[in-house]
Amino acid sequence: MSDKITDWDPSTPILQIENLSISFFTRMREIPAVMDFSCTVRAGEAMGLVGESGCGKSTVALAVMRDLGKNGRITGGRILFKSRDLTTMSDEELRHIRGSEIAMIYQEPMASLNPAMKIGAQLAEVPMIHEGMAKADAWALARQIVADVRLPDPDRIINSYPHQLSGGQQQRIVIAMALMSKPALLILDEPTTALDVTVEAGIVDLVKDLGEKYGTSMLFISHNLGLVMDVCDRICVMYSGEAVETGNVTEVFDEMRHPYTQALFRSIPLPGADKNSRPLISIPGNFPLPHERPPGCNFGPRCDYFEKGRCDAADVAMDEVPGGDRHGTRCLKWREIDWTAPPAARVAKEKTPIGKVVLKMDDLKKYYSVSSGAFGGGNKKVVKANETLSFEAHEGETLAIVGESGCGKSTFAKVLMGLETATSGSIMLFDENVQSTPIQKRNTDTVSRVQMVFQNPFDTLNPSMNVGRQIIRALEIFKYGNSDQERHNRMLELLDLVKLPRAFADRMPRQLSGGQKQRVGIARAFAGGAKVVVADEPVSALDVSVQAAVTDLLMDIQRENKTTLLFISHDLSIVRYLSDRVLVMYLGHVVETGTTDQVFAPPYHPYTEALLSAVPIADTHVTRQRIVLEGDIPSALNPPPGCPFQTRCRWKSQVPDGLCDREMPPMRDVGGGHQIKCHLSAEILARMEPVIKVAAE
Amino acid sequence: MFPFVLRRLGLMLLTAFVLTFAVFCLTNLQPNLEKLARSEGSVRMSDDAIASWIVNNGHGGSMLNRYGEWLGVVPGWVRTDDKGVTRGRCIADGSDPAQAATYCGILQGNWGFSTFAKVPVTTVLGRSLGHTGWLMLAVMLVMVPTSLFLGVLSGMREGSRTDRVLSTLAIVTTATPEYVSGVIFVALLASATVGVSPHLNEWGWISDKTLFQGTATSAMDDITWRNFTLPVMTIALYGIGYIARMTRASMTEVMTQQYIRTARLKGVSFRQVVMKHALRNALIAPFTVIMLQFPWLLNGVVIVETLFNYKGFGWTLVQAAGNNDINLLLACSVVAVFVVLVTQLISDVGYVFLNPRIRLA
Repeated sequence: MSDKITDWDPSTPILQIENLSISFFTRMREIPAVMDFSCTVRAGEAMGLVGESGCGKSTVALAVMRDLGKNGRITGGRILFKSRDLTTMSDEELRHIRGSEIAMIYQEPMASLNPAMKIGAQLAEVPMIHEGMAKADAWALARQIVADVRLPDPDRIINSYPHQLSGGQQQRIVIAMALMSKPALLILDEPTTALDVTVEAGIVDLVKDLGEKYGTSMLFISHNLGLVMDVCDRICVMYSGEAVETGNVTEVFDEMRHPYTQALFRSIPLPGADKNSRPLISIPGNFPLPHERPPGCNFGPRCDYFEKGRCDAADVAMDEVPGGDRHGTRCLKWREIDWTAPPAARVAKEKTPIGKVVLKMDDLKKYYSVSSGAFGGGNKKVVKANETLSFEAHEGETLAIVGESGCGKSTFAKVLMGLETATSGSIMLFDENVQSTPIQKRNTDTVSRVQMVFQNPFDTLNPSMNVGRQIIRALEIFKYGNSDQERHNRMLELLDLVKLPRAFADRMPRQLSGGQKQRVGIARAFAGGAKVVVADEPVSALDVSVQAAVTDLLMDIQRENKTTLLFISHDLSIVRYLSDRVLVMYLGHVVETGTTDQVFAPPYHPYTEALLSAVPIADTHVTRQRIVLEGDIPSALNPPPGCPFQTRCRWKSQVPDGLCDREMPPMRDVGGGHQIKCHLSAEILARMEPVIKVAAE
Repeated sequence: MFPFVLRRLGLMLLTAFVLTFAVFCLTNLQPNLEKLARSEGSVRMSDDAIASWIVNNGHGGSMLNRYGEWLGVVPGWVRTDDKGVTRGRCIADGSDPAQAATYCGILQGNWGFSTFAKVPVTTVLGRSLGHTGWLMLAVMLVMVPTSLFLGVLSGMREGSRTDRVLSTLAIVTTATPEYVSGVIFVALLASATVGVSPHLNEWGWISDKTLFQGTATSAMDDITWRNFTLPVMTIALYGIGYIARMTRASMTEVMTQQYIRTARLKGVSFRQVVMKHALRNALIAPFTVIMLQFPWLLNGVVIVETLFNYKGFGWTLVQAAGNNDINLLLACSVVAVFVVLVTQLISDVGYVFLNPRIRLA
């Protein structure tokens, strides 16, 4: 017994969405989430669905699964899967399609696996339901598919629980689960967003290979344009519930015909962008809320080509671009716009002069001791979060600290801020030793001079205090001003500084968008005239179009105040765009350091090389060398002997005598202050080729 | 796991130590001792007589010393009165004082003599705990499956009609204390004049005068459907509402988890989603609550046993407190500590088996 639909002509599309409209119904009103959405996925094709958060891309995916929850309803249009209309199917019919014909891969692998069920049981369930397979056979199949998704030791894995696996392994299991009954369509909803870049690269490769191997069609949802370019054949750009442009990936990337697509590309840091000479262009304004959409073109109010009386007159329909490969755009003026024109004059900004040393770390170490039992006791283990960290940061400089999760970059920030004290080594902050002074004991002056901008603006503002009050509170703590009036004025100045309207002082955090909240976070950090600001992934929780604006703001404030910015990030594109010097960390060690140009060009540390190659770049002119790292980052509880990177290094065989297994490599200068912690000989390092090549336009 | 259990046992001893000392101090306050003297000796004793009775019966001296005697770390008191009769803590009536042990506290297994029941404490306690044990067993057998079933049923579809009806019922039962529900049950089901029994009797459906018995005294010798239903129902009803609500909360939370969506979108039927994916995860939280119900049952039985005149642990506790029976009260508190901590231990260990993410050291 199998649930597969057999009476289907393979020359027709696998999935055909026609004029789909979806609304969510609340007590107050109907909120339209998706309007007039059409797209077609042919057999073996990979369709990318991109857009910012809230644009309705996940809603489309869930509508295909017919899992919109209690409030969501399809209000119009059809979803044809293998020529059968999904919107009219009964629950029983849907059940046969879900998991067997259409499978889904989710954003958070840990949350989407049942914590109390063994991996094998969760996998084997699929063929047991849909094909009536016997339990033993289903487990055998599960074991085979687990091997197929390139997981080591499948026998052990199918008998483990999800929490015993790493994030990357869990995502492979979710993929394996989706492949258990060889579905015709795979829906991937931001499958790599929660993973590290090197792990992401592995997953992306796997998905592509499996797609080819099984001939599965894919609907790939992502906010990352680079990733979509890597994986997909076709793309559909969504904005505020509508598809605004659709077509072949290369065509849309090179000859976009919608102003939103164009603006999106101009706001992401591609190679060649530079914070001083070629700054990013952010999209002005904010994303409209679903019930506050403008009349006519949704993108109208933020569009450079907006024409009053025409663009806001009536709803805009999708228009076919002649000569294109099923290329369509939802723009009235696309024939009139000069798409080759360079963006309106970018204001080149002056480079900040680099001043004296304000922060100096010397041989800093931070160890944690952890006990291994659930109820205490057990063996005490030492986690070496930071090992021999030494560097200097100058006034007005942007120093980027790059590395994947668990590399110790956040621990370093905590030690600097005084939230933790160092195990050994020294931190000199303006000629003052602070390595063993916890923040409670630091004087107000030191505290206000070193501040932090946090990753998640949604959690770092007090939800029950208005914006103005939060900033004034910071001013009070920093003992700024003599009267409430003075502090109030300073607060208004700070709002000006971060380019927020003064009226925002009375708003509550919940009334602000993510980008606005992050601006408040920045205002708070600069309240006491901070000299050193640690920005811990300040834009990674924000949408692309907002990221550019927030980074620009940080740069502007830095120029004005000559602030030293320690920019912690895993996103190499943004690091390359805005930093002066880069520090690459792996498992608590600094493996490479130098100016941005030095680090982004050969010779590389093998880890930097892999990291660079793993970052997807949304530019068709860029060719990347693919280096996919095997396995996961080792646990900091149990680091490998010798070089920390030796377990995943592809150059290891080039070092004689198994030196990598035994000895920690020394930090070597390869010229001009560019330092690499590697055993590789100078000749081999010199032979390294650049990972990213930009073809001439 | 072993060190963990060992630590817990140590904690248990410490708690018992502290609690019994507190109870000991309270029961040995001067007014309580005077009251004891009057009830044991004579109501018309003079104040001097009371004072000497207290001293002669081993209640004089420092509090710590007496507590030590009770524990068995200080030699028991020995006193020879004017008539040359030697009495003491460790000397049983009529036995030879020379052969008596020096120490006789709980460490030696001597729990003392109950002044109220006139028999050794161990005898009273053993008997009453036996009775209560049967009651608790019956309550648990009724309460746990019913409440889990109702909780899962209402939690699997949050906001549905079933959910709202069951939730309302659960709130009503939890909001009704035992002394109210007990009385209502008796009036409704166990009265020969009011409620359903006269009608049932009239129609010839039951041969006895009442459907159930309003007293459980006969259940101490022979448990039957008639004499045991009402006390069990009265205790269980309150707990059912409570545990059902806990289970419901846990179940509704689990049903919104992403892995439930994964299961649903794998094509698993709703029934299987609930049984295979949601149930085990949903039972982790109520398990702790159920284990917490055991010590609470001790509390509930005080009212119910008194109401239904069932001479179990709760009834004994009430009598011991009412008669200032020092030894019996102390023994009851040790039992209470033991029950609370043992159930907690079981709860923690059981949690590990339900939740694979937790491992005991």
